[in-house]
Amino acid sequence: MSEILVKAIDVTKRFTGFTALDRASLDIRKGEVCCIIGPSGSGKSTFLRCINMLERIDGGAIWIGGELLGYRRDGDRLYEMRDSEIARQRRRTGMVFQRFNLFPHLTALQNVTEGPIHVLGEERKAAADHARELLARVGLADKMNHYPSELSGGQQQRVAIARAMGMRPELILFDEPTSALDPELVSEVLDVMKDLAESGMTMVVVTHEMGFARGVADTVAFMEAGRIEEVGPAKKVLSEPDNARCAAFIRAVHK
Amino acid sequence: MTDERDMYQTSHLRIVPRRHWGRWIAAGVVCLLLAALVRAFINGKIEWNYVGQFLFSQSILEGLVNTILMTFAAMAVGITLGVIFAIMRISENPVLSTIATGYVWIFRGAPALLQLLLWFNLALVFPKIGIPGLFEWRTVDVMTPFVAAMLALGIQQGAYTSEVVRGGLLSVDAGQYEAARSIGMGQLLMLRRIILPQAMRVILPPIGNELIGMVKTTSLASVIQYSEILHNAQIIYYANTRVLELLLVASFWYLSAVTVLSIGQMYVERYFARGIQRLKAAG
Ligand SMILES: Nc1ncnc2c1ncn2[C@@H]1O[C@H](COP(=O)(O)OP(=O)(O)OP(=O)(O)O)[C@@H](O)[C@H]1O
Ligand SMILES: [Mg+2]
Repeated sequence: MSEILVKAIDVTKRFTGFTALDRASLDIRKGEVCCIIGPSGSGKSTFLRCINMLERIDGGAIWIGGELLGYRRDGDRLYEMRDSEIARQRRRTGMVFQRFNLFPHLTALQNVTEGPIHVLGEERKAAADHARELLARVGLADKMNHYPSELSGGQQQRVAIARAMGMRPELILFDEPTSALDPELVSEVLDVMKDLAESGMTMVVVTHEMGFARGVADTVAFMEAGRIEEVGPAKKVLSEPDNARCAAFIRAVHK
Repeated sequence: MTDERDMYQTSHLRIVPRRHWGRWIAAGVVCLLLAALVRAFINGKIEWNYVGQFLFSQSILEGLVNTILMTFAAMAVGITLGVIFAIMRISENPVLSTIATGYVWIFRGAPALLQLLLWFNLALVFPKIGIPGLFEWRTVDVMTPFVAAMLALGIQQGAYTSEVVRGGLLSVDAGQYEAARSIGMGQLLMLRRIILPQAMRVILPPIGNELIGMVKTTSLASVIQYSEILHNAQIIYYANTRVLELLLVASFWYLSAVTVLSIGQMYVERYFARGIQRLKAAG
């Protein structure tokens, strides 16, 4: 088995008077595709946002590639990181949002090159070449100079995936990447994700697409009420889960 | 049965357009009033040849240049301060955001004319300004009419602009902040590359209006001897007593400047609306 890339231990997140994550623990190995399923409000998005440090966690800890997120350890003390250090840590992780969140004032190509040029300091020419390659790979070779408003939802989400890949991340997080799409556009995005999975990218995917989970995921984690109730090989969790509520959820989704 | 078919047959009938009697009457009344006004000006004791004579006189043209100079200088100060204080206002640092709130409160609250007089007369309370030991100037030397007007108008403009900029920053979707962070951007890079360019679409129309307003507000600087159009026109009419003629000359130039800027505003708005469909710049 390959080494562990993400290690989350007892991650807890509270919003005023409400515990959204309750000691959630999960390991993700390099090259693994992990799907997170669970009912609405169970904390799936919150968990992803904690891994990407868009939310500050109230308890527990997350490591990516052996690096503790958000803190610098010195002897027996943990020092909170400065914003710039957090920004640097975030570069290891890409994120794809439910509502795409493309930059509307930039073309598809510029959306992809923005980070590499201005954050990583890549050469303009090299960044543009890489971006063109990525856009071609997600099937948008002919849409490079279109603005997001000129693209369909499925095309926008594929640009968003290319944008995440442009940063050459070790891990990409997907938060319900197809739930804002019209049904006929879902498969074009899932195909791109499948291709990405096959190329060995480590992916954590929050999704309601059971077909994708069954066909592509290595592991599946079931969340409920802020806890990870069951996690294991995809086949096992999706066909014969140990947890009764997980079984009920999967049955309900399949109806 | 044929009767019924005929009833629904309309292609051979002639359409008589509806008459908008109300519009005709309103237009007539307004035109009449306008004609009376024009007649009053023609019959009034206005020496039009004086208007023509002074329209391009050197002193008036110099005033025009100074007006334009002051408009852009004060706006530059205003926009710079506006952006800085808007970012301070939305920052998580309570001291910064309180100071920003106080700035808007004070400088938006006091009349522009009063602020002009305050800056111009600063020497009365601070005879010298500078950093003691390093450098020091006599305030009267530094606070020329130009500097005083630029500071007074710029700082009060900054108070208005910071509210406009803050509104623009808040208008950008929270998802844009998250997307920018997710590609590893720091705070400043995110503001400069992602947030401000989008906020511009919301910020620019009111800033354009304020720039145009500033053209006219600079006329207040005439009270502290800044030689802009109105001030120079006044100097001339103190000598030749052609008051209304010179005020008309000044009006002509203010209107011209405003017209040119309005056209420019249209093009700038169009640029920042790129990528946004169905949202034509106001024109
Ligand atoms: N910023 C916030 N402030 C307060 N409560 C929040 C906030 N963000 C999320 N929550 C709450 O935390 C809980 C978990 O939210 P989360 O978005 O993680 O759920 P989810 O599993 O992604 O649900 P869905 O499938 O509907 O997207 C919800 O009850 C939500 O109301
Ligand atoms: Mg969610």
